[in-house]
Formats: sequence, structure tokens, C-alpha cells
Amino acid sequence: MTTVVNVHEATDSPFALSHLDSLESEAVHIFREVAGEFERPVILFSGGKDSIVMLHLALKAFAPAPVPFTLLHVDTGHNFPEVIEYRDRVVAQHGLRLHVASVQEYIDAGKLRERPDGTRNPLQTVPLTEAIQQHRFDAVFGGGRRDEEKARAKERVFSLRDEFSQWDPRRQRPELWQLYNGRHAPGEHVRVFPLSNWTELDVWQYIQREKIELPEIYFAHEREVFARNGMWLTAGEWGGPKETETVETRLIRYRTVGDMSCTGAVDSDATTLDAVIAEIAASRLTERGATRADDKMSEAAMEDRKREGYF
Amino acid sequence: MTSTSTSTTEQFADVSATTLLRFATAGSVDDGKSTLVGRLLHDSKSVLTDQLEAVEAASLKRGQEAPDLALLTDGLRAEREQGITIDVAYRYFATPRRRFILADTPGHVQYTRNMVTGASTAELAVVLVDARNGVVEQTRRHAAVAALLRVPHVVLAVNKMDLVEYAEPVFAAIAEEFTTYASELGVPEITAIPISALAGDNVVEPSANMDWYGGPTVLEHLETVPVSHDLTACHARFPVQYVIRPQTAEHPDYRGYAGQIAAGAFRVGEPITVLPSGRTSTITAIDALGESVDIAWAPQSVTIRLADDIDISRGDLLAPSGDAPATSQDVEATVCHVADQPLTVGQRVLLKHTTRTVKAIVKEIPSRLTLDDLSQHPEPGQLVANDIGQVKIRTAEPLALDAYADSRRTGSFLLIDPADGTTLAAGMAGESFATAKAVAVADAADDEGWDF
Repeated sequence: MTTVVNVHEATDSPFALSHLDSLESEAVHIFREVAGEFERPVILFSGGKDSIVMLHLALKAFAPAPVPFTLLHVDTGHNFPEVIEYRDRVVAQHGLRLHVASVQEYIDAGKLRERPDGTRNPLQTVPLTEAIQQHRFDAVFGGGRRDEEKARAKERVFSLRDEFSQWDPRRQRPELWQLYNGRHAPGEHVRVFPLSNWTELDVWQYIQREKIELPEIYFAHEREVFARNGMWLTAGEWGGPKETETVETRLIRYRTVGDMSCTGAVDSDATTLDAVIAEIAASRLTERGATRADDKMSEAAMEDRKREGYF
Repeated sequence: MTSTSTSTTEQFADVSATTLLRFATAGSVDDGKSTLVGRLLHDSKSVLTDQLEAVEAASLKRGQEAPDLALLTDGLRAEREQGITIDVAYRYFATPRRRFILADTPGHVQYTRNMVTGASTAELAVVLVDARNGVVEQTRRHAAVAALLRVPHVVLAVNKMDLVEYAEPVFAAIAEEFTTYASELGVPEITAIPISALAGDNVVEPSANMDWYGGPTVLEHLETVPVSHDLTACHARFPVQYVIRPQTAEHPDYRGYAGQIAAGAFRVGEPITVLPSGRTSTITAIDALGESVDIAWAPQSVTIRLADDIDISRGDLLAPSGDAPATSQDVEATVCHVADQPLTVGQRVLLKHTTRTVKAIVKEIPSRLTLDDLSQHPEPGQLVANDIGQVKIRTAEPLALDAYADSRRTGSFLLIDPADGTTLAAGMAGESFATAKAVAVADAADDEGWDF
């Protein structure tokens, strides 16, 4: 090989922002746009890492004033106790107002029926939509990222939803520059995704840089789990394991936090943020591929759920 | 270069040193765009096993033997069913030096609006040509979009060099023709790179087949192109997004103006003018998300505090008193029409500029522009989806609008349908192209079909 390559030196001026500063600035801009243009915004807050990062960014965006949004948790009833404890503590610490839309209440009232596979993720759409209608929320912040999934890769930062919360991917507004169009008719609302351009690794690097506390289940710990569809699920009241599934104790951690019945753990000995970041950087599986049973149902599982009003 | 065996812990150890580059690709499947994107993603370890397996399975189901990397980005059912890219797909990858956001846009004329969307936030655009075909109509259109949107860096990737025996003269002729054309349109920096996306030449690894080429590979160029410059020389602009007034016992008198610096840099002590009111004050503090700083620059999100309690609200613009833009209710601009319903003369619209939305009326549509040959078609009467045209707009309130050539952020705007909120058009104030290249006015005879 005789090629001489002139790799130019990195010529970035001192004015170039780091990638985390760029992403943070963009997200803060999005939060402030919503505060400036909407009447009743709400942050979807599950106690998962993406919603925790969203809340952290919102706190920074409006400091020293309080966050001008309320929180909404769509509670499947299949929660990790550590996450609920974390949720309640954070809400109290920042003096926030939390609404809870309970899937369990819908099931108890006969308005929703349990699915044969026991998964409650798809059941969240109706309580979410009705909570939005009931409280007349006009902007709903979600922690969805475009790198998570291919339907989400086509999602806008400001995503218009009709009165049934439906997403129509073919009728999305083009989004140019940093000009977000939040116009909507009464009854419609806009889903807003401030972390659209973040990757899983960015989220973790930001958590480390900002020293953000997370629920313990994100770090390696011993837990009673059983295998289903190639994932480790936590044994618990929600209905697992079946008779044919054996429970064992393994060293695991969660890469995502969702409904217990369809969120899988990964084998891991990463007990610190450094170790988690190294593990993610080396991982050959996407976050959802490794941990979400509901996305494995079909090629368009996420697109279909999103069309119906899912996050 | 980014071998997957490198310790990933080391790779991502110093996150403060990595910058972010937003870039766009334009081209069609025939030019090998998907292959190029697929290779960049794959060789930077950004396509993960489960994604690749899903693509392989889907490709097999369609009767294709090799995995079709376009399926990675064509995320919607309609796109996969029709085998076409309809919408902009955003892809994310990283090397130890930089994080990349790639807006992958369809190349066909029917999707000009998507290319414009992708280019609007891009600092670099990759235009692909097939070495066997050279610069064609579509190439000129892509160059024109990059020039119109003032994308600072353009890469011409001359692909399929393996099919022209890696011949330097073929590359040199195409590079010269394109560079001349794009320079005339005012593209400030053009880098031509001979590649074979399929064989991997000069995409990530330097080619062993083209020792006559001494420049960077595509990835090396993406990693080293400057993403910023000396911002103190730019016109500083700060659109106010939101007024922060805690009114708490701890902060009874705090009054801060929150926003993202749109251009240039601001300093504590600097005299500023508020537009459109013209009131003046001095910056007493800049809060950069929890840290008090003396200077802040674009695109930082900050909160600015002033010496005087003056009437400032969302939609106002702060600028240095010595460098404030003029305000006007008459806007002359180039627009790309992005909606399915047309834009007509006399139409009442909303105009969204930075954080300010005002009523406006389309007074004139002097011409429509064909991007393939830059011919102008006078008085088209209306613009339809994917049309580019000149417009004259009258706004209900004065706007502090810069020329788009001076500031992409404060020279751009949206036209919105007040009835249903549809985004109608993307506007750029001032001249379409950076240089005075004579944009040919088409013969009147050619325009009969367009006149009313």
C-alpha cells in the first residue's frame, strides 16, 4: 500500500461544543419551546433512565424556578418496587405533582382485559390517552429516542396526535432547522421527544457527567430470574414463571425499565457507571433487542403500537 | 480505523473531547447511497447483531440473498412494502473522535422537501455520483439544495470507482465539473473523494487501488471537518424563549431570559438592544445551565440577566447594541414548499421566525426555480409540494430577520396554515445563492404551462 493519507488535525475551534453539551442544549431548547407555547404540558415519568434524564434537563432548563410541568406515570401494576420508591422520592424532593394512570384500575373495572401472554405494555395506551383527555394535556414529553427502534427513527421531535392519540407517520410535518411547529386543534395534542437525537450511550455518559442517581436495578445485582423468549425475567406476582420455567439466581442488571412481564435483564457484573458504559459500548445488541419482548412480535410492532397512541 | 477490537473503554473515556457533526446524504439507491451509509454504520460498529439479523431475515423474506441495508433505515411499513425511502431517516454512529447524526434523505425530485429538511440542520452534505455517469441532473439538484440551505461543507463522493478501473482521469473530470458548478452556487468548501462503497475503498479505510489519491477517506473527513469557528466575528443573536421568574423566598427578584444563542457570542457587560421594541440594557449575568459564565456562544442554551427591568417577552430578540438587525414587515425570501396543499398569492398564513409567530400574507410569488438547471419561471401563481420559489410576504408585526446567508438560524422561518397548523413552507430570507451567478430566466415560451 503506497497511499499517503493526509489526516488533517482536528481543527475545531474552542467554540465547538462537546457532543453532550450540544445534546443538552438542544433538549433544553425543546423544553423551553414547549413551556413558551403550550398551556398544559406533562412529562411522562416512569422512573426509567430516559425519563430521569428528561426530568434532570427540565430542572436545569428552568432553574432557579421550579419545573413548569406536572408528571404522569402510566402504571402497569407490574412495577419494580425499587423504581416506584425512586419515583416517589424524586417527586417529593423536587416538589413536583405526579398523576398516575393505572392499568390495574382499568383491568379491575373491566375496561381492559389481561392479555394471554401476561404482557401489559400494550395495555398502557388507553389509560395514557384517557389521562391526556381528562387532564387536557396539550404537550406530552416522552423519553423516546430515534436510535431505539426503526419506527422511532422516523419520529419527529414535535409529533402531532389526534384526539385518539393516533400517530400517522405519512402525515408528519417536516421539521426544519430548530423551528418546531406545535400548532394543534382542540382535542389534539403534541408528543414531544427532547431526547430524539440521543443514543443509549449518550444517556449513560450524561448520567455519569451530571452525577444523576438511578434506581438500583440498573446496576448488577443478584436476582431470582427465569428464562423466557431468550431473556431473563424477574419472578414475581405478575404471573411468572410458568410451571415449565425454572427459577435461578443470577448476577444481572436491567438495561431498560418497563413492565416486569416483558422487560428482560441482561447478565452483567457492571456495578458502577464506568462499568455500565464500558459494557454498553461493547454490546453487540441494541437496548430493545436485548430487553424488550414486545418489540419482537413483528417487524412493525413498534410502528403499530405508536399508531394506536403508544409512547 | 475504528477496529472493533480496540478497547471500548478507552475509546469513550474522554467524552468531553468528542464533538458532534450533523450531516446529510443525498443520492439514490442506484448511486450506492445505502451501501455507503451501511458501510459507515457497519464499520463504525453501529449496526448491531440483532438489527443485522432482522435485516437479513427481512431481506430473505423478500427473496434477496444479500442483506439489504436500506431496510435498516426504511423504518416504516409503507417504505418496506414499496422498497423506497419516503421520509428522512436519522441514524446515529460514533468514532472515538466524534459523534455523528446522519440525516439520510431520499434523492428523487419528488422528495426535495425531505432533502431540504435534512440539509437544514446539516453542517456537511455528502452528494453521491456514479463514476460511470458523472454529474447528472440529480447531482446538480443536490448541489443546489446544499447551496440554497447554505450547508458549509459539501463532499462529492464519486462512487463505483471499481467499475471505471479506478481511473484518475474519470474522477478528476467529474470532480472538476462538480466543483465548478457548486462553487458558482457559492458552496464555500467542496471535497471530492473517489470511493467504492461496495469494495470499501476510501470509505473508512484508504484505498489500495487508488494510490494517486492523497486525500482523506470519507470517515476521516467527517471526523476532522471543523464543526465550529470563531464565533466572536459573527452577528450575535439571542431569541428569548421564556422568561424565568421564580418569585420564591430564595429568589424574590430573579428575572432571567431563557433561550438558545442562535448566532455569535454574548458577554457579561455588553450593551444590548431588544428587538423589535428597540429598548436597551446591559448584560449583568449569563447562567449556562447551572454555571455562571462571562461569555457564552451559539448554540448554548443559557439564561441572560439584564441591568434594567424592561418589557421583554417570548419572541423578542436580544442583539449587541452596535450590531442589531433592522426590523421590517416586508420579507423577500426563497421558500421550499413542503405541504400537499399549494401556496397561493394572497394566502393568509402564520410566519414562525425564531420564537416569534406573526400573521402574514403572501403578496407575490415572483418566480419558481427549477433546481436541475436553475431556470426561473416567472409568476407561477402558486407553489406546490417540492417547489422552490421566490416570495414576497407582508407581516402584521415587524420582524428582526437576518439574511439567511448571514445566519441560518435567524434568517430562516416557517409558513404555517392558520386553519389546521400544517407546515406549508420553509423560508430563507434574502438571496437564494451566495454568488451573483446569473440564474437564467427561462424563455417566456417555456413558461406557458406555468402562467395563469
